[in-house]
Amino acid sequence: MDGMSMLMENEGMAVRPSLDGCIKCTICESACPYAAVTEHFPGPKTVGPQEERFRHGPLSADWSVDYCSGCGICSRVCPQDVRIAEINSRARAQLKEQRGIPLRDQLLARPDVMGRLGRPIRPLFNWAMGTPLVRVPLERILGIHRKAAIPKVAGRTFGQWARRHPVRPAQDRVVYFHGCSTNYFEPGLGRMVVAVLEHQGLAVEIPEQGCCGLPLQSNGNFPAARTYATRLARQLSSIPGDLPVIGSSTSCALMLKREAREILGVEDPALVDVSQRTYDIFEYLRDLHEQGRLKTDFVPVELTAAYHAPCQQQNQLIGKPALDVLALVPGLRLVELDRDCCGVGGTYGIKREKYEISMAVGDSLFSDIRRTAPDLVLCDSETCRWHIAKATGFPVIHPLELLHRAYGGH
Amino acid sequence: MITDALVIGAGTAGLTAGIRLARGGLRVTVVATGEGCLPLASGTIDVLGFAPDAVQSPLGALPGFLDAHPEHPYRISGLAGLEQSLAWFVKTAEPLGYQGDLSRNQWVPTVLGGLRPTALVPRSMAAADLGGGGEVLIAGIRGFRDFHPALLAANLGRAAAAPAPVIQTRAIELDWPGSAGDMPPFRLARRLEDPEIRRRLADQLRPQLGDATAVGLPAVLGRERAAEVHADLEHRLGRPVFEIPGLPPSLPGLRLFDCLRRALLDAGGRLLLGSTALSATHHHDTVGSVTITQASRPVEVSAGFYVLATGGFTTGGIIREPDGQLREPVFGLPVHGLAPGQEPFGDQYLAEHPLDRVGLTTDAQGRPLGTAGGPHAVNLYAAGAVLAGALPWREKSGEGLSLSTGWHAAEAIVGRRREDAA
Repeated sequence: MDGMSMLMENEGMAVRPSLDGCIKCTICESACPYAAVTEHFPGPKTVGPQEERFRHGPLSADWSVDYCSGCGICSRVCPQDVRIAEINSRARAQLKEQRGIPLRDQLLARPDVMGRLGRPIRPLFNWAMGTPLVRVPLERILGIHRKAAIPKVAGRTFGQWARRHPVRPAQDRVVYFHGCSTNYFEPGLGRMVVAVLEHQGLAVEIPEQGCCGLPLQSNGNFPAARTYATRLARQLSSIPGDLPVIGSSTSCALMLKREAREILGVEDPALVDVSQRTYDIFEYLRDLHEQGRLKTDFVPVELTAAYHAPCQQQNQLIGKPALDVLALVPGLRLVELDRDCCGVGGTYGIKREKYEISMAVGDSLFSDIRRTAPDLVLCDSETCRWHIAKATGFPVIHPLELLHRAYGGH
Repeated sequence: MITDALVIGAGTAGLTAGIRLARGGLRVTVVATGEGCLPLASGTIDVLGFAPDAVQSPLGALPGFLDAHPEHPYRISGLAGLEQSLAWFVKTAEPLGYQGDLSRNQWVPTVLGGLRPTALVPRSMAAADLGGGGEVLIAGIRGFRDFHPALLAANLGRAAAAPAPVIQTRAIELDWPGSAGDMPPFRLARRLEDPEIRRRLADQLRPQLGDATAVGLPAVLGRERAAEVHADLEHRLGRPVFEIPGLPPSLPGLRLFDCLRRALLDAGGRLLLGSTALSATHHHDTVGSVTITQASRPVEVSAGFYVLATGGFTTGGIIREPDGQLREPVFGLPVHGLAPGQEPFGDQYLAEHPLDRVGLTTDAQGRPLGTAGGPHAVNLYAAGAVLAGALPWREKSGEGLSLSTGWHAAEAIVGRRREDAA
């Protein structure tokens, strides 16, 4: 094996070699919503293709890559297809490996643990997260910004509901990948996803499932993230039949589709298999519609809804299928919010030192929402929903929730 | 995925075609590997600047130019089509206030202090036309690496060759109010949207104005609120202010990209960035689908019409294989302009290379020709720098040919749909 092919082999999906395609055109820098507002982040090209060449051996070039939120816009706008965000994600993990991961980041990186610990003491947890009496000391001690949106823990997990929900027999079957947030914080969303899929005449299989490892990955703990992603892929592929795996948490679906393989380099056969048959919920519904199989027995929904496509949804490169499907709903006035990032970046904007940056990045989106003054804001990613709702005061829901309503659901 | 029209490429040609098609009632998806040429472009609309001598009037020079270059892409839309497409563009990019016309080129400064001819400039460069001479103050920002006012001013003073009118220049440097880190243009632009920053810059500038009739600044005067930034600076200084575009990223180009992208979405079109068109399927004389990349698996997009606007050799629209073969990678179209065995590159970097003019040739509707001589497919069109026969960087014709061919392809498609419906 020659040097180059050995390098490719080790690189999995060839992230690092792609930096040779960089022509320093700066398109990524001018598109980066973070570099525009903070001097802490000099820009994706600078910390990516440029500094990557100096990252040899034990020492990273500098700290600034920690101020990348991992939104991935740089990779999407790059005309040379350089995997900029992926290079930076790996560099961040390397940095964390050298300097250690703070306790706060270890906690934020495990929403499943937060959910499991919070649930038995749910009233206390939910009260504590809503009062400055706790949030101010929490900021001082742990570095979780006092104003950052923290979701409320639900009483009954989605998993508990799913275990008692019989699979409705049908010829066409799908696997539902609900993710941690649906499980612990928004179980109602999961029930609506199941109802909408069953309404299409599908049998919905819901295997036991854990976290995809995305928050661990973005907080730089790659070894744990690899374990999580592999375990999840095996859980999802435990249902035989090569069924479509449908995700309603858009960033976690992207983790399965690409990031676990491309960034973490996981090549477990179960993950490779699942990544090829994972669909975002609206991607799947749009496919059904194009095949003439989507039910269109909608009741009119006389509302104005503004849709924000989050970064990780856009990184799936499937367009905006939520808009395509919701356009079928009579009475609904849809507004497309043409903004790339709300600023939260998963757990980025929760951190004390990054909260203000996060708010500055989201400012243009928040202004657009206030100007549009919709009845509802729609967004496919949970952390973005919580952040936007907290920042604007508008109700923010998953677009699937609105579709559920259009099918007459309550 | 299903759409009425799939446009491949998000540069000037692709976005133009996409907007025109969406406004014509088609469901349009514009797909591109990344943001196209616009973030790197000066934001001016060049139509014909050199042929090969400096062109004072594109309208006057174009008939002779087309006679001398029968293979030039301007032949596709013709002169009338070019004028229509420019009028359409000025209306579409209305928020940026483009001005000028084809009867007279404007001569605007480059960041090194040269003068270059262009047909249309945005409002922020309305006072940049120094073809008639003038007395200008060039103001830079201390520490901003991409703009050197003394160099610019000195060269500009020499740029207007005798007997052309004299340009008198002075150069100053301003201190940036507050820190902007290492001052990338996009961050300066954003900070300038703060009126307080503008007030402090204008306060430094005002005592230095002297007899200057206009003030030239680096092209960082805001992004979203550029109109407000520009108007406010002119108001504070009491005289015209113009931007001088420089090294990328280019704010005037980014603003144009923002504007066209918005126009596409407003017309109901979809923009899919980060996805690359890989290959196409054909059924007899029709393109059936194009396969594009997604996060995990490629997907086939079926459309009634396809517009190929992937750019030329420099942007991957045309590829040269290691064996020297030229190839159009998505549809496998034959590439014209280089004789078999002909050396593609000349000796001098800045000289004309035979490879510069290679590309696709089309029929009158803008459909690329296949190997058999007729159109490769009845529903495939091509526009922009992927077309053979032009030398945009030397002719200063890039935006003109992208606008005219993108617009023309869309007109042809909309016209055919109308015929089919009738």
